[in-house]
Amino acid sequence: MSHHTTPDKKFWTPANILTAIILAIGLVLTVKRFTMGIGSVTNLSDDNPWGIWIGFDLLCGVALAAGGYTTSAAVYLFGMKKYHSAVRPAITTAFLGYAFVVFALLYDLGRYYRLPYPLTIYPGPTSFLFEVGLCVALYLTVLAIEFSPAVWETLRWKKLRHLAHSLTLLLTIFGVILSTLHQSSLGGLYLIAPSKLHPLWYSPYLALFFFISSIPAGLSMVIFEGGLSHKFLHHKMDETHIEEAPGVTLGFAKAAAVVLFGYFNLKWIGVAIDDNWHYLATGWGAWFLVEVIGFVLVPCLMYAVAAREKNQKLAFWASIVTVAGIVLNRLNISLVAFNWQLPTEFRYIPSWEEIMITVFIVTLEITVLRFCLSKLPILHEHPEFKGAH
Amino acid sequence: MKRRKFIGMLAGAGACLAASTATAGGNHHFTGYPESFGVLFDSTKCIGCRKCEAACNKVNELPAQPVPFDDLTVMDKRRRTHHDTFTVVNKYAVGDKPVYRKQQCNHCLEPACASACFVGAFKKDKTGAVSYDASKCVGCRYCMIACPFEIPTYEYHDPVTPRVRKCTMCQPRIEEGKLPGCVEDCPKGALIFGRREDLLGIARERIRKHPDMYINHIYGEHEMGGTSWLYISGAPFAQIGLREDLGVTPAPEFTSGPLGVVPAIVGLWPVFLTGAYALSKRKDKIAEEEQHHAVAEAVAEAQAEAAKKAKAAMDKAERDKQAAIDREVKKALKEAEEARKKAESADAGEQ
Repeated sequence: MSHHTTPDKKFWTPANILTAIILAIGLVLTVKRFTMGIGSVTNLSDDNPWGIWIGFDLLCGVALAAGGYTTSAAVYLFGMKKYHSAVRPAITTAFLGYAFVVFALLYDLGRYYRLPYPLTIYPGPTSFLFEVGLCVALYLTVLAIEFSPAVWETLRWKKLRHLAHSLTLLLTIFGVILSTLHQSSLGGLYLIAPSKLHPLWYSPYLALFFFISSIPAGLSMVIFEGGLSHKFLHHKMDETHIEEAPGVTLGFAKAAAVVLFGYFNLKWIGVAIDDNWHYLATGWGAWFLVEVIGFVLVPCLMYAVAAREKNQKLAFWASIVTVAGIVLNRLNISLVAFNWQLPTEFRYIPSWEEIMITVFIVTLEITVLRFCLSKLPILHEHPEFKGAH
Repeated sequence: MKRRKFIGMLAGAGACLAASTATAGGNHHFTGYPESFGVLFDSTKCIGCRKCEAACNKVNELPAQPVPFDDLTVMDKRRRTHHDTFTVVNKYAVGDKPVYRKQQCNHCLEPACASACFVGAFKKDKTGAVSYDASKCVGCRYCMIACPFEIPTYEYHDPVTPRVRKCTMCQPRIEEGKLPGCVEDCPKGALIFGRREDLLGIARERIRKHPDMYINHIYGEHEMGGTSWLYISGAPFAQIGLREDLGVTPAPEFTSGPLGVVPAIVGLWPVFLTGAYALSKRKDKIAEEEQHHAVAEAVAEAQAEAAKKAKAAMDKAERDKQAAIDREVKKALKEAEEARKKAESADAGEQ
């Protein structure tokens, strides 16, 4: 089951070699970024101040880490105890997700060493970015405490484990409040620039769109990672996790189908309320339809069918399409449809070094996640704390 | 202690957001500081000599440019402000003749950059200038996202202390009683420095006197809530690179409403979530009670059934016992009768 140590197989597997190469390149580029400036590795310009480090690392990173609050809310607040085994993996990915969002932010901020300024000496509460910063900082703390029992159990520090555990309900409620606020605030960031974002993507509902879409994003990540763990980390999972996994997948599929349907409708209300229908006949309109139909309605129906027919494989594929759709939406808003009126030669295309640093950070995150899943009681219960939840 | 601190921070965040957006629902309208300064640019007078660019470079002590300021060919391409150029003059072909338009920070009455900055590094000064304080800046560049005029620029190649750079309206010079560098060096009077109110009067007067020369509009009077820098022109503004689709809403108003929802969420979510928790608890409890009840009922029923069965069995046993006794008695009587008959017949035989 969980605690037999497999004899150390070959360390230099192809996956590990690739990881090592990416990490090595990433380190070199990191040195370049911090000694020669942001401009030395990015294609950012005065017209395009935010690139993929914000569009992908921040916007997508936060949206895809929403599995933490959705799962813990489902289990602890909405009484779906049968999904209990999904909580710890979801909290773990969320915690690492947010930690690496903050880490990635250090690359993008010109004066990264002043990151605490808005929360300490110079608060600027008129800014949506202030709200993002405040809530992400607080939520990272919440996630750290929610994640900590896995560490305390491993160290057998029962008192700390008990303390962290006794805060569960309170932390879950805080987590949902903070997530509501910063998920929506990421969309709110763009409210101030109606003249720069294409009208099909700009909406007074942007904040609401970001919050609502973060729910299927989080649920889909839990389904997706559940499917992957099942395939690659089966030996780390105990019976409870293996038995509950299909229930989690199908239950979450049903929830995701419902919320995606609501989100789909909301997107059209957004088009209607600003009377933007005529843009649908343009190239931008076609691209908008690809996003809203191909990556919202289609996965919504896939999930619905999967939940009805108890088809776990279909749910897994639906989760991939949903996650791709969330990434597409965030990139559309931050990069593709942003500055849409600028002449082509002034538009932003990321440099290979920028992309490489993003790949480096994602790889680093996956490596740490793999380490946590194999060393900590996350996919299995610690034998001394069995059933203590 | 952690919990209390946490709640305190949340409440604090809510409170300061609430305070800063207190005007979101009111009908307060800010029309700029009275007596604040501005600059009027008249495109009918500008000849595209780039003297203002040179002056700006000098007074702001910006790095030397690779192309000298008397080379006018640079205007053949679209140019914008950069970290080492706070102002540029662009050439636009309107009809068959060129029209020039100077670009720099417009010093909005309610600046998008100041509203977007999460450390409050931008300030609208009473002189009219929108100033930037590099000592607060974290380098997030949200001001550049927010600015509808695409003015702030960044020192992307400085690894440690990069700054946002933009026109300061020469605030230090104004405070010394001097003119902004560009205004001072303009040879054609295309730039006029003065109180914004006075500049609006001058602009209106020019348009009134020469309706054939000017479009009847002062760009910047109302755009994005109004700017300290004003423009009048003979060419439609959209054709000289000034967007006419920006509207008159000051940028902070796009976010103040949604930001005002924040304290409401902080207040209401705990109520809803605790409610959801209580409902699910109650559902569990009812389910548990119902289960208890059902079990008790089943047990009682089973017990009654068992008692009935036992009684029936007892009765049956009783009956069986009686029957057996009867049978035995009958048998005994029969045997006695037979024995008597036997004895009788034996007696008869002996006689």
